Amino acid sequence: MKYVDEFRAADLAQSLARAIAAEARPARSYRIMEFCGGHTHAIFRYGVQDLMPGNVHFVHGPGCPVCVLPIARLDNAMELAERHGAILLSYGDMMRVPGSKRRSLLKAKAEGADIRMIYSTQDALKIARDNPSKQVVFFGIGFETTTPPTAVAIQQAAREGLSNFSVFCNHVLTPAAIGHILASPEHDDAGEARIDGFLGPSHVSSIIGSRPYEEPARHFKKPVVIAGFEPLDVMQSALMVIRQLNEGRAEVENQYTRVVTRDGNAKAQALVADVLELRDTFEWRGLGFVPHSALKIREKYAAFDAEKRFDITPSSAKDVKGCECPAILRGVKQPLDCKLFGTICTPENPMGSCMVSSEGACAAYWSYARHREGLPVPEEEDEFGEEDA
Amino acid sequence: MTVQKPRTRFTTRLDIKNGAVEMTHGGGGRAGAQLIDELFRRHFDSEGLRQDSDQAQLARPQGRIAISTDSHVVSPLFFPGGDIGKLAVNGTVNDVAMAGAKPLYLTVGFILEEGYPLADLDRIAASMAAAAKEAGVAIVTGDTKVVERGKGDGVFISTTGVGVIPDGVELLPARIAPGDAILINGSIGDHGVAILSKRESLEFESEIVSDCAALNGLVAAMIAAVPDLHCLRDPTRGGLSAVLNELAVASRTGMVVDERAIPVKPDVQAACEFLGLDELNIANEGKLVAFCPKEKADALLAVMRAHPLGAEAAIIGAVVADTRALVRMKTQLGGERVIDWLAGEQLPRIC
Repeated sequence: MKYVDEFRAADLAQSLARAIAAEARPARSYRIMEFCGGHTHAIFRYGVQDLMPGNVHFVHGPGCPVCVLPIARLDNAMELAERHGAILLSYGDMMRVPGSKRRSLLKAKAEGADIRMIYSTQDALKIARDNPSKQVVFFGIGFETTTPPTAVAIQQAAREGLSNFSVFCNHVLTPAAIGHILASPEHDDAGEARIDGFLGPSHVSSIIGSRPYEEPARHFKKPVVIAGFEPLDVMQSALMVIRQLNEGRAEVENQYTRVVTRDGNAKAQALVADVLELRDTFEWRGLGFVPHSALKIREKYAAFDAEKRFDITPSSAKDVKGCECPAILRGVKQPLDCKLFGTICTPENPMGSCMVSSEGACAAYWSYARHREGLPVPEEEDEFGEEDA
Repeated sequence: MTVQKPRTRFTTRLDIKNGAVEMTHGGGGRAGAQLIDELFRRHFDSEGLRQDSDQAQLARPQGRIAISTDSHVVSPLFFPGGDIGKLAVNGTVNDVAMAGAKPLYLTVGFILEEGYPLADLDRIAASMAAAAKEAGVAIVTGDTKVVERGKGDGVFISTTGVGVIPDGVELLPARIAPGDAILINGSIGDHGVAILSKRESLEFESEIVSDCAALNGLVAAMIAAVPDLHCLRDPTRGGLSAVLNELAVASRTGMVVDERAIPVKPDVQAACEFLGLDELNIANEGKLVAFCPKEKADALLAVMRAHPLGAEAAIIGAVVADTRALVRMKTQLGGERVIDWLAGEQLPRIC
């Protein structure tokens, strides 16, 4: 397919692999955190790790929108449909994420709650128009990429006087999370610094530009390369990070120039600024409460804020015992370090959010990289392993 | 054997143009008989139906029989490249044909929702008749039930198919062995993406057409050329990834496929990119995956490509020894990954 296959071509991948092998110094290791789940997905789906030298490692970051949503907020969303009788509208990848008591939107739907999967906020407005006698709530999640469509929907609802529509806003901000991860003193089990550099978000940066990463890069002295989501983008960006590290630089570079500029999309930023404002603090799964890391609906659009319209019970729900999603989301642990991984936690039976979305590190390991040595063999396959032995 | 009935059994004719399904059509009374007579029988005709009995009485075929049943709940009922009627015939014909069998007979069960327009039901019946004729199977007996408005979704159709397996043909997962070649008769994902594109709010500019087709003719040609075929399977729900995983587990082998060899139409690929779907997981309704000894693969490929339903056939991989039953794929980039089963429900009501 045009404009896609060019970014997945095997010959270009081979020459990039050779360039990376030549650039990477054998005496050290390179630990590159890919921030976004989109990068994680590309690395696994296309087998990018197979083309890397042994001392170049990808550390999977928290940039999977459904993975970082705390269980308490998911419980709140279910409550909107179940206790308040609202039609709850969600993007598809949220549907299977386990909340407390391992209930999910999908299970709540099966039990009778009116929860529907939508592809865009325009669908949400249509459902609100078509059901004037029902409360219709859009479950807004995601990073800066999904925020403008939420803002547009709120503006549009205000213009139309769509009084039965509201948004349960959970939009979060990327640079705050990167700063938070770098500020934390955690090291891996071997005592090494977890992260030498970042592959920065691609779609997010098309909205906010590359400028917001300049401060964390400078402050924490870590290179950030804004990287596209195609596998060749990831490889080229990894090469750029390795070069910076070898040359002792810690700058923001932009590999994804076909989409991202330094200042981003001013129109989208203005739109978001009109409707949404910074929260003082917000809970991230894995990172805990991070100051100034999320957005809420401004007072002038309070009529469309589900948190104001409905009486939402504060929840202090906790992760499943033994689930390492929080440490995996910080890049401190790998999926294989989790005792639940592949034993009782699989994509069919997820215990934590990282196993649900194809952008989550655990799901990517399980679905795409299970053939690598050391991965657990699921029970039914164990059986014929024994027979054959 | 044939009983000629007078055309005027009922006082007024069924109003197919403007009428709708009523509860009485499933009640066992005269209205049901009239629906069968004036709508279904206009399209379906077979020795079995002409017996006017509660069952079809048929001669015993020579050889082993293959039997399969399938229920169809697709939404929407009409989609680019087909409708629920064509799907209900071809889906079951294909399940029978995957045994290498020649499909002979179909039974049909309709569950109709009160209020469903008779004109649409008539189109569906016509489409089933055309598909059955094309596949060379006879619809020999059937059943109609009606559920109240709101308790169904227009029309659900269950079909059961019976076919006869030629002597010497034995297609079973257990026959898949390391060294076998893996072939497919054409591009993947067409049906699922056609259905998806038709659903509300997901219309694409170019029309992607379902591959819904009866594969028994292609299967007959393949068996004639390579009688030692090991296994056939149609990658419907769950797509190619589900079939390869099912068969890897059933045959206790591993499979390795080459991403670049798997045919995908550019429109389908574009839609999947756009929607974040994986073509490997998407349903097909006119595709089969074949396993045969490596040395027969070229001959099999040639005969598949010579058939209209196999023009884009390709050898996509090979079976390997692997007690973990893993399905792996060499990626277009030059890496490797596992192909896993689809987790959860990607596209409900696809067939």
